[in-house]
Amino acid sequence: MFDFLDKYDLLGAFWTTVQLAVLSAVGSLIWGTILAAMRVGPVPLMRGFGTAYVNIVRNIPLTVIILFASLGLNQTLGVTLGGGNDFETINFRLAVLGLILYTSSFVCEALRSGINTVPVGQAEAARALGLSFGQVLRLVVLPQAFRSSVVPLANVLIALIKNTTVAAAIGVAETALLMKEMIENEAQLLLISAVIALVFVVLTLPTGLILGWVGKKVAVKR
Amino acid sequence: MSSVLYDAQGPRAKRRNILFTVVFLVALAALLWWVFGTLNDKGQLEWALWKPFFTGTEAWSTYIWPGLQNTLKAAVLAVVIALPLGAALGIARLSDHKWVRVPAAVVVEFFRSIPVLVLMIFGLALFAEYTNVSSDDRPLYAVVTGLVLYNASVLAEIVRSGILALPKGQAEGAMAIGLRKGQVMRLILLPQAVTAMLPAIVSQLVVILKDTALGGAILTFPELLASANTMSGYYGANVIASYTVVAVIYIALNFALTSFASWLERRLRRAKKSTGAVLSADDVETADAGTVGKV
Repeated sequence: MFDFLDKYDLLGAFWTTVQLAVLSAVGSLIWGTILAAMRVGPVPLMRGFGTAYVNIVRNIPLTVIILFASLGLNQTLGVTLGGGNDFETINFRLAVLGLILYTSSFVCEALRSGINTVPVGQAEAARALGLSFGQVLRLVVLPQAFRSSVVPLANVLIALIKNTTVAAAIGVAETALLMKEMIENEAQLLLISAVIALVFVVLTLPTGLILGWVGKKVAVKR
Repeated sequence: MSSVLYDAQGPRAKRRNILFTVVFLVALAALLWWVFGTLNDKGQLEWALWKPFFTGTEAWSTYIWPGLQNTLKAAVLAVVIALPLGAALGIARLSDHKWVRVPAAVVVEFFRSIPVLVLMIFGLALFAEYTNVSSDDRPLYAVVTGLVLYNASVLAEIVRSGILALPKGQAEGAMAIGLRKGQVMRLILLPQAVTAMLPAIVSQLVVILKDTALGGAILTFPELLASANTMSGYYGANVIASYTVVAVIYIALNFALTSFASWLERRLRRAKKSTGAVLSADDVETADAGTVGKV
């Protein structure tokens, strides 16, 4: 019944999906943190930039961003991201770039919502005790902010794992593209769909359960 | 300005802020300079490539408007079908009967953990194989099917957390005056929950609108993004120009929806007619029972 699977590189596609997700997660965590720092910082110009970035990027469909990365950045402007002439590498890197640019706006908002849960009184009390700026951040504010960011960040990660399928639009050989290929060649629609669905359930459900549990455990009770 | 992160600034901090502003401005200017330089080098700023969008209505009436119509059609259909389905699933998850509650939970969790693109691809093949929907209509059917399956389960979670966010006393009071279970839900809980959920539902519209673009990219559904590709072929490889115009339309539509959602949220918070917490418009794309409702 599962014979047809031998013809396809399901494990390879699964691995590509995981790679896309992990690389984009790391990248968007870094860029999203920088954006969040800009958005909550004291410099008005940086705040404006952060706000504008988030409002623009999260209102564009990810599909548009990723297709633009391929058609616009690569084919029109000749950006290769150091991928040389290898189209597979270039498209993979462009997909990661698109995912990072898009997801970081959600990471920024998740981190900001974490900071917003810390009551101003906490910082005021810390200042009244005579703690310095660095101490206020390190000992009082950021620990609480990070704890309440875990659950929103987990939700962003789950959305990111599902969004990696959009890379199929520029031909990155990940799971959704393989599904399309298999459906076109085999007369096993329900079976193929069940296998692919299982792949994503396996990826997203435990992530949600584990991180949700961690989030609840570390959350600051108020 | 004082926030939880920093105090009102003194003269030294103000000087430092000015320094940061100048450095950031220089970096931003350098980035823009590089972008425009690259665009110019590749001849992408030629007026001929941008002309179709600013002079004459051909580009708008032949490509953009029909594409936008399809985008909106798919989105509206998806919302109209997904809303009642989501409400039913959400209420079913709160049922007292295990045989209703558990299957509903399984359905919701299953479709929530699968990418919407996978559901669309599945829908396309399903309609091709088991129905006689004409091949012209199939992409629309597939896009709507995928969007409905995914968003109904997300909306179910919004409905469920909206009802759970109401104070216990509401249901208890209703039962104490002798209403039956159906009446409690219909007359007491749902009306209050729906008002509280409105901002979250409007934000979900943004997600639906954005996801229709998947249909254009992968399922040959002739929506707005597909129009951009056709245009860039027709007007001489003006990918940058076409995508910019299309992106601006998406941003304008979604920004209007987002602003409407947060206006609604502020208004409902102020009105305080409902007793439950107003569901925040933030992060609804990743709505989770644990986070929505807790602000």
